[in-house]
Amino acid sequence: MELTRRNALLMGASAFVVAGLPLQAATTPEEAIAAFTGGAEIGEGDITLTAPEIAENGNTVPIEVASETAVEIMVLALGNPTPPVATFKFGKLAASRAASTRIRLAGTQDVVAIAKLEDGSFVQAAATVKVTIGGCGG
Amino acid sequence: MISRRDFLQTSMAASALLGASGFGQWGRLAAQQALTQDQLLQFETFGNVSLIHVTDIHAQLKPIYFREPSINIGVGDNKGAVPHVTGAEFRKMYGIADGSPSHYALSSGDFEALARGYGRVGGLDRVATVINQIRADRPDALLLDGGDTWHGSYTCYHTQGQDMVDVMNALKPDAMTFHWEFTLGSDRVNEIVEGLPFAALGQNIFDAEWDEPAELFPPYKFFERGGVKVAVIGQAFPYMPIANPGWMFPEYAFGIRDENMQEMVDQVRSEGAELVVVLSHNGFDVDKKMAGIVSGIDVILSGHTHDALPEPVLVGETVIVASGSNGKFVSRVDLDVRDGRMMGFRHKLIPIFSDVITPDPEVAAVIDGVRTPYLDALTEVIGKTDSLLYRRGNFNGTWDDLICDALLSEREADIALSPGVRWGPSILPGQDITREDIWNVTSMSYGAAYRTEMTGEFLHVVLEDVADNLFNPDPYYQQGGDMVRTGGLGYRIDITQPQGSRITEMTLLKTGEKIDPAKTYQVAGWASVNEGTEGPQIWDVVESHIAKQGTVTVSPNTSVNVVGA
Repeated sequence: MELTRRNALLMGASAFVVAGLPLQAATTPEEAIAAFTGGAEIGEGDITLTAPEIAENGNTVPIEVASETAVEIMVLALGNPTPPVATFKFGKLAASRAASTRIRLAGTQDVVAIAKLEDGSFVQAAATVKVTIGGCGG
Repeated sequence: MISRRDFLQTSMAASALLGASGFGQWGRLAAQQALTQDQLLQFETFGNVSLIHVTDIHAQLKPIYFREPSINIGVGDNKGAVPHVTGAEFRKMYGIADGSPSHYALSSGDFEALARGYGRVGGLDRVATVINQIRADRPDALLLDGGDTWHGSYTCYHTQGQDMVDVMNALKPDAMTFHWEFTLGSDRVNEIVEGLPFAALGQNIFDAEWDEPAELFPPYKFFERGGVKVAVIGQAFPYMPIANPGWMFPEYAFGIRDENMQEMVDQVRSEGAELVVVLSHNGFDVDKKMAGIVSGIDVILSGHTHDALPEPVLVGETVIVASGSNGKFVSRVDLDVRDGRMMGFRHKLIPIFSDVITPDPEVAAVIDGVRTPYLDALTEVIGKTDSLLYRRGNFNGTWDDLICDALLSEREADIALSPGVRWGPSILPGQDITREDIWNVTSMSYGAAYRTEMTGEFLHVVLEDVADNLFNPDPYYQQGGDMVRTGGLGYRIDITQPQGSRITEMTLLKTGEKIDPAKTYQVAGWASVNEGTEGPQIWDVVESHIAKQGTVTVSPNTSVNVVGA
């Protein structure tokens, strides 16, 4: 690609959007959720999200999602520049419908897990994970 | 089930301490005559199992003075609830007479006068006498140590915790959990734990790499006591790598992990536990919340936040016991366990009045043994104080004011920051300040006194961050320390606001100017959790400052304006 002045300006502008206005980045949580659920209502029920209340290291935060009847679970970090984290798919023969991973969090924020269940309905769980500078424990 | 009658028995035990002394009897002899060892230890053995709880000793082998806080604000559901009730209100709540031994031991107010009357508290040789007495009543009583044991003194620092290990081994605990111990570094912690003659427990101590339970720290241990199958589950301090330097123990991860706690409770119950005891370093409000979430715990022996409560707090059917700090108290909990469940309890928080309780000669000899090589350095007088030096309080204490003064003058800084820790004994006006006294309030494995530049904006972020660790309305987001102490910097705090909006009106005290977010300030502090922090050790900075002053005077601190309490 030939780098014209106009292209360079555009690149600079989009970089600014990502850095300065994370929630208006390419995929908003709302868009990602709408794409996953097709606009269906999300209830509560068969889903657990396990995350630390305060992250020991915001760059690698262990989380676990589980649901006995999920076919898919989507995880979102609402305060990250790119909120979608992962979508786990479980087949009929899956011995356990749970997954654990580590995610990077840009700051204190809510992590949300949405499961699509076998019956086609959607349920969600959320947890606030605090990312702190720390340093003054009794 | 806990009957009303059993609950009354606990208050009776606590109030047995009262009535001995009143106003006008603060003379040393009068106080001692009015109070006897038998009276302190009086306890009608109850049920079939006894628990003995000590916690947060912070390496205080010898008797000390320790002033309880006058400011300890509760937020959210804990506003106005114990332990967030202090001074006269605390005494009113428990029916404690002004000037009584319980007033002196448990609450703030008239501290200096009462300290002169009742004398020092604590000393592990006295604690040993109390433990032996309980074991005389109930030979198979369980002794459980809630942690923060191998930290906090000159000898502990220089022996890397060995002094405390030797003395505690002489007390023969049955199990222990942890917090500051890990600041010895994981190699040293592993070395000690591998040789411990008792259980090192922590259901929330995990391997950081694989996020699996750490092998060296089992989640629980079973004991057979009085024909009862007792399970003791350990709960280490959840926020160690955040509140303390995680780089010193990178192999370990922690967290509250209440879902794993529930699994452990269910597991021990299914293995036949008739009594489930959690030995916890969560902090009191976190334990209260956990007791409401995890079902099946009979007793939580609570540590970390250094609260001393004369009665247990009940959450559902879980009894929560808080046993103070710095060797000042021993809790005895007798339980009646029948047909696989707890039917009742009797409790007493025993204050260790060191002039009243006879030291145990064997443990006294072990203590002398570990101190002898260091005695000259320990007892060297560095200066004297005209003011009461104490630490506890949400925003400041005179010891920290003095430490901040030392940082400002010795390190030529605009602003000083001192960590909001809750350990460290008090010094009465007129007392000499020895090197041991300085180490008792500063000793740690990351004590370098840094000097750095911070912008006004970053200083604000620091204060907001620490304030949220203390005043977040959800206890699970609290770390259990107090507010970072500031020297040369005043501020207003509205504790009811969310993080980012609590701290306003930050003022540079030496000029009276408002802190400019864009401007850079010279900041001196200590206890940074960052690896590679450089500077002289804080105890040397404080010693140099006190030596120059000769006699120190600390004027009342009015630089923090608290709103919304």
